[in-house]
Amino acid sequence: MEHFSSKHMRPLSPNIQIYRPQLTSVLSIANRITGVFLSACAVILVIWLIAAASGPDAYLRFHDIIASWPGQILLLAATFAFFLHLCGGIRHLVWDTVRGFELRQIYVSGWIVVVASVVLTVVCWSASLLIAGKV
Amino acid sequence: MTKADTFIVTSSDQVPRRTVFKRFPIPRNYGLSPGSRIKPGRTWPAPEGATRIKRFEIYRYNPDSGDNPRLDMFEVDLDDCGPMVLDALIWIKNNVDSTLTFRRSCREGICGSCAMNMDGTNWLACTRFIEDTDAPARIYPLANMRIVKDLVPDLTHLYAQYEMIEPWLQTRTAAPDRERLQAPEEREKLDGYYECILCFCCTSGCPSHWWNGNRFLGPAVLLQAWRWLTDSRDEATGKRLDALEDPFRLYRCHTILNCTRTCPKGLNPGKAIAQIKKMVAERRS
Repeated sequence: MEHFSSKHMRPLSPNIQIYRPQLTSVLSIANRITGVFLSACAVILVIWLIAAASGPDAYLRFHDIIASWPGQILLLAATFAFFLHLCGGIRHLVWDTVRGFELRQIYVSGWIVVVASVVLTVVCWSASLLIAGKV
Repeated sequence: MTKADTFIVTSSDQVPRRTVFKRFPIPRNYGLSPGSRIKPGRTWPAPEGATRIKRFEIYRYNPDSGDNPRLDMFEVDLDDCGPMVLDALIWIKNNVDSTLTFRRSCREGICGSCAMNMDGTNWLACTRFIEDTDAPARIYPLANMRIVKDLVPDLTHLYAQYEMIEPWLQTRTAAPDRERLQAPEEREKLDGYYECILCFCCTSGCPSHWWNGNRFLGPAVLLQAWRWLTDSRDEATGKRLDALEDPFRLYRCHTILNCTRTCPKGLNPGKAIAQIKKMVAERRS
């Protein structure tokens, strides 16, 4: 294609700009985004462990941040991202055995991932708040 | 043709009705090179006296003009037009703008020529009802293709990828005096794969092929690869797997499954690729 100048290169038809979001592609990109987000959260987890190892003052400072509203929202998002990534990962493991590829099964398993992630997040937080005696 | 008014899609011919977004929330010309950016076009009004008017927004590109692609709006008289999107395109070409360019041949979903992107999903224009499209209907060429003119994509690269998997029967044993026989159950293994018409709706709808199309073979070609791997008469399985076992050619498939969702023949490229991956894994163990 070198003999074509870029001016005469054929135009590329749009892809992501026009393609309709569907459960298939949306859950795939969600798995990627949650994966990246959880990697960042792993760094925060390490900071938490270092704070805990550094003594009560450092730990208290970290605790104040995570107990604030933005911290709590971050924690909630991390919990949901964890369960979405976990359930999505299990769905991929099932696919690796060449099961669940009929379109109906693809959509049923996809919605199960979404609903299960919400339910598991609610259960996880309810249990935590109960154990902490906040409710 | 059934409409997808439920959350569970059971067949690829169900037209998407309920999606929160009609497209991903990014700018319309995001990431497109300057020459590929789409500019506004003109409106072509319906003939006088038309009462049932349907509007079609259609991607236009004229290589001779030197201009960018544009979006033209056509008003179609439904009382004078057949029921399918392809009928509307032919009506426009006959009655409004004879330069509108598209591929078509069989008009019954068997040749795969009129594959294009309608309301954001790939399908054949001859088997998509006009009444199942949005208002206005949005007609683009197959996604992520180099465009020759209007709705005609350049398929050279995809045919080259198809050639790479050597889609013909290969044997090493001596040729028999008659046909190479198959048991009925061996023949059944080809069902769901031999029906592919190479319209490339799946490959054009695959995000992995959008980002790595120069090295990833894409769902249509990999489905064809499986069609030969699973053929009981073919004796080149090892060689075929060697050629496929590659981080890009096969393993850029991340099981997104846009392919299976969009196949106009109701086939399952996603499952075919999973079977190839399993066959490679089993060969190693």
